[in-house]
Amino acid sequence: MTLENDQRLNFAMLDDGTLRISLLGKWDLKEKLPPPKWLQGLVNELEAISKIKFDSEEIDTWDTSLLVFIGRVDKFCSENNITLDMSGLPKGVKRLRELAEAIPPFEDTATHYSQGPLLSEIGKTTLELYHGIPRNLEFIGEVVLSFGRLFRNKAQFRSVDLMLIIQQVGPNALPIVSLVSFLVGLILAYMGAAQLERVGVQIYIADLVGIGMIREVGALMTGIIMAGRTGASFAAELGTMQVNEEIDAFKTLGISTIDFLVLPRVLALMLMIPLLTLYSGLVGTLAGLIIGVTVFDISLFEYYQQTIQALNLKSFGVGIFKGAVYGVVVAISGCLRGMQCGRSALAVGEATTSAVVTSIIYIVITASAMTVALYKLGI
Amino acid sequence: MTKEEDRNAVIKLTNLCTHYGDVLALDDINLTVYEKEILVVMGHSGSGKSTLFKNVLGLMQHSSGTMEVLGKDLSKLNKKSLYDLRRNIGVAFQNGALFSSLTVRENVELPLHEHTKLDNSTIQIMTRMKLGLMNLADHEDLMPAQLSGGMLKRAGLARAVVMDPKLLFFDEPSAGLDPVTSAQLDTLILQLRDALNMTIVIITHEMESAFHVADRITVLDKGKQIVTGTKDEIRLCEDERIVNMLNRVSAIKEVDGDDYIRRLTE
Repeated sequence: MTLENDQRLNFAMLDDGTLRISLLGKWDLKEKLPPPKWLQGLVNELEAISKIKFDSEEIDTWDTSLLVFIGRVDKFCSENNITLDMSGLPKGVKRLRELAEAIPPFEDTATHYSQGPLLSEIGKTTLELYHGIPRNLEFIGEVVLSFGRLFRNKAQFRSVDLMLIIQQVGPNALPIVSLVSFLVGLILAYMGAAQLERVGVQIYIADLVGIGMIREVGALMTGIIMAGRTGASFAAELGTMQVNEEIDAFKTLGISTIDFLVLPRVLALMLMIPLLTLYSGLVGTLAGLIIGVTVFDISLFEYYQQTIQALNLKSFGVGIFKGAVYGVVVAISGCLRGMQCGRSALAVGEATTSAVVTSIIYIVITASAMTVALYKLGI
Repeated sequence: MTKEEDRNAVIKLTNLCTHYGDVLALDDINLTVYEKEILVVMGHSGSGKSTLFKNVLGLMQHSSGTMEVLGKDLSKLNKKSLYDLRRNIGVAFQNGALFSSLTVRENVELPLHEHTKLDNSTIQIMTRMKLGLMNLADHEDLMPAQLSGGMLKRAGLARAVVMDPKLLFFDEPSAGLDPVTSAQLDTLILQLRDALNMTIVIITHEMESAFHVADRITVLDKGKQIVTGTKDEIRLCEDERIVNMLNRVSAIKEVDGDDYIRRLTE
């Protein structure tokens, strides 16, 4: 852009080697500014300039954009030994420039985040994970000790909080557990029937759905739903308390955060997940029954009889046990990530995500371990 | 005022250093807080005030040096003794840090329920008294989310003093408050010291509030302790940073409203 194109600038070369820049019209941040190098171009075009001065009589309005422009001219002048006369500028420009220059940039307070080379980042992450292990174990140990205090009736928490959490994690979760369990039962029934119909034994849908839902899938589905629903909510609640300094406040009041905040949450989930597991298994079985009776022409009585024969107390016991284990896993992961949360909104989001991921990973690990162990034990 | 040696030290920090990762957050702090005095810790954001506060409460590990609080060496305390020690310390946080699931009254009552064997009616009377002192008696059944910033601070202060601690910490009492509310809070702090004989440590960056309440002032800058002394000693201090800080306050005092805008643009 040459200078002549800018409607807001007018130039006049005076006899004594002074360049007079007249500022016209509106200097608005929304408009484009002359690019930084424009002055160099001008100097190349003109004879030697010894001084630059301004004339602002015809300027309408101005804002910070004018200050930026003046700043560039000033820098150019000091680099090229040209005298700059600012006396013709609008009132206040000079004063604002002084103010802007008077405050030195802040040092030491800003945190500089930098990403290192890939290998060093991998190393750092690995070390962080490694150093996290003792912290996580310490947390689990503290929860166990807290349960010890609970049984000795010495744990500090309010029973009303426990009841409230029980309501949140139990009854309030029924709709979503119903929905997912019904769907899974329905899918199991259809998928099973497709195979069993070939050999004409679709009556075994009852065994497949009943045992599958009560013993295995009910617990797993409940665990995963609770990881997304309750584990995330625990992490977000505790994380926000960390941000609001509430966790610090508990500590300074001499109240154990593990007893007061973590224990009721773990306890509530341990009590509620087995019930939800049982409920989920029954809803899934019901879905199987509906499909068996309406789509595959099994009589209601037959289906019922077949289910009763297939199920025994052991199936219920295994399902409920697995559910309880997932409950502990979800509650501890949620609370752990919440308590380890940093002190920003971003950190709460990270803690929540991490709680869900951790819960699901540990559910998968414990589910595999339990399945293998129960198989070996012949249960 | 008696000679410093004659008075009992409530907090004694010797060569305290603290790191955040590789960054030195507190550099060789030596500070003594005496019984029944109000010490104000001042400094810019990032000067190490909050780190110092967290160190003294045992919420954060220090790197080297010793910290004695109420006669106990913090680094030698186990978790249980640390919790016992904290019961003698009241802490009022910047934004109150009230427990959001409890009402104002339940928040203030909580330490009494957890640490004393008092019956409910006594606890209620004590809670009312402290809430009354903070001018919050009419708001006791509100949830923290329903309170204004100043009320949250006062409720936090009521909870901090409900156990009559010997030592009170107050983090940024004037931050985010209008000048009138802030001045009221300062007066309240002075009353608390006189009525309950507390030793009070205040962390702030508000000069005016600091000079109103302080017996002594410590100024931190970039983790270093620049000066510690009485208000007069601070005024006479020749350190450039302190002089600049004091000048800035008097400059702001001279101008107000329109005058300030005019000075900016002319």
